Amino acid sequence: MSVLPQETTVSPNSSTTAAESRAAKLMKRRSRIRFYEIIVWIAAIAAYFLLPSKMLILTEIAILALFAVSLDLVLGFAGIVSLGHTAFFGLGAYVAGLLALHFIAEPVTGLIVAGIVSGLLGLLTSFLILRGSDLTRLMTTLGIGLMMAEVANQMAWLTGGADGLSGFSPGPILGMFEFDLFGKVGYLYCVDVLFIGTMIMRRIAFSPFGLSLKAIKGNSMRSAMIAVPGRKRIVIAYTIAAVFAGMAGALLTQTTAFVSPDVLAFHRSADVLLVLVIGGTGYLYGGIFGAILFTLVKDWLSVITPQYWMFYIGLLLVILVLIGRDRLSRWVEYLPERLSKKEDR
Amino acid sequence: MLTILFDGIAYGMLLFILACGLTVTLGLMNFINLAHGAFAMAGGYVTVVMMNRYGISFYWCLPAAFIVSALIGLLLERTLYQWLYQAPHLDQVLFSIGIVFMAIAATDYFMGGQQQLINLPPELSGRMDVFGVGVGRYRLFTIIVCAALALALQLILSKTRFGSRLRAAVDDRRVAMGLGINVPLVFALTFAFGSGLAGLGGAMGAEILGLDPNFPLKFMIYFLIVVSVGGTSTVSGPFLAALLLGIADVAGKYYVPAIGPFVIYALMIVMLIVRPNGLFSRGGR
Repeated sequence: MSVLPQETTVSPNSSTTAAESRAAKLMKRRSRIRFYEIIVWIAAIAAYFLLPSKMLILTEIAILALFAVSLDLVLGFAGIVSLGHTAFFGLGAYVAGLLALHFIAEPVTGLIVAGIVSGLLGLLTSFLILRGSDLTRLMTTLGIGLMMAEVANQMAWLTGGADGLSGFSPGPILGMFEFDLFGKVGYLYCVDVLFIGTMIMRRIAFSPFGLSLKAIKGNSMRSAMIAVPGRKRIVIAYTIAAVFAGMAGALLTQTTAFVSPDVLAFHRSADVLLVLVIGGTGYLYGGIFGAILFTLVKDWLSVITPQYWMFYIGLLLVILVLIGRDRLSRWVEYLPERLSKKEDR
Repeated sequence: MLTILFDGIAYGMLLFILACGLTVTLGLMNFINLAHGAFAMAGGYVTVVMMNRYGISFYWCLPAAFIVSALIGLLLERTLYQWLYQAPHLDQVLFSIGIVFMAIAATDYFMGGQQQLINLPPELSGRMDVFGVGVGRYRLFTIIVCAALALALQLILSKTRFGSRLRAAVDDRRVAMGLGINVPLVFALTFAFGSGLAGLGGAMGAEILGLDPNFPLKFMIYFLIVVSVGGTSTVSGPFLAALLLGIADVAGKYYVPAIGPFVIYALMIVMLIVRPNGLFSRGGR
């Protein structure tokens, strides 16, 4: 009477604890800092010392990288194909510009406010993308992007319309570091924000929360069956992505001291998708690698064909898709996963 | 008031002709083809070149626009599109955006970035009075042609053998293939036909919608709205959706010019909230 039931109760317990510890170990392994991540950040700092004349393009890369990393949270993890991610980027850019023009010129405050406002827009619009199929999502995201562009164009009294918003200069960062003429401070500022943003998103993406997002992407019905609250998760992920996209927009405003209606143009949404495709989706750093490659390619193209670089960007997209974009980004898997081998597998 | 309604109907009819090819591509092949506008633009530019450089009559340009766009569509379908039918939607989106970008840059290169104008034949220009309503002759012509086309489409789909094959392939590709229907051929022909219709729409719309290299981007959202609001299973769904969109857009731009562009977006959002699967869908897919 006593022996058998005890055994049956003990063995599941021990197996659940074993499974839990194994799961915890796997999660830890998944979120471990990879070798290439360290290289990326070292390279970002090294670039400051080695390429002092290239600060502007490096700043551009850092901003695009933050934008792309935020899209990866939506696309690579939650699996939502968005054609209107630039709505948040542009909103952030305008908010930062207006704030600097009318209220506070201090950049970090502007950055945070821009992030919050974009996040609010993300929260509001995320309820629209919950509905329907991929097609309706495309339509909605594209529509939101176009609508924002139209708002910026129509409200010329606020945004400057087609002429853009200018006439403000961002003050010193935190009241200490003044932006200089060569963009050195701007670069460091952008890299700092990129680093912090990527780390936060990394923490989110490689947590159980991020795993559940991937489950939703894989099969939303099955993930609902194992009690993943799909709608809620998507709303949260979309909002977070909007916050960082807005911050990227704010960075652009603050480093260039100008907002053009171009920040809301459709091609930006397409560009950032291309960035992610070049770098690979679903591991965040794809946004950074992609931003480096994309910006260099675009810079090179716009030197050789100033007017028609769009053609080659399109060609690149077509070729990438036809040869299979997965193959391109698989190189990351060949990199050593970690520096030391002493931890157990 | 009635004039606006009339203009709206003409506009909606044009949108329908432009978008109905996309309906088929999307509904039939489940392929998100954002480059549909590029085919329409091709048709428009064929007309412009033929009329302005070679002085060919407008009436000959319309079938030429159809044929050229259909041939381009057939060529691209056979060489590129067919490899991506099974690809994830992200791939299809990226691919077709790439095509759009290439089309825009190429058009800009060959034709220049300015708005293209065509001179309509004299009997189509101007206005006339029908029961006290000012009616643009060209718009009347558009409505008649598009209505005839829509009717023909409906008849082809519902009465001919090709139509029933197409519908069979829409409903279940595998079973249709099992029944001996050459689905890839049906796909290719349908794709070409849809592209041709888009080209025709582009040719006819050069006067009403305008024509410049950014055409495919400008009207991408309209096509998407027509298709996703109208649903992809019938001809009448997108037709009504296109009419609704056309009337709403024209009326919005006329009555409330300040917020005119937002009318269609508002419409889209309301539609999505009320009927997420489209106005006339046969239930969720």
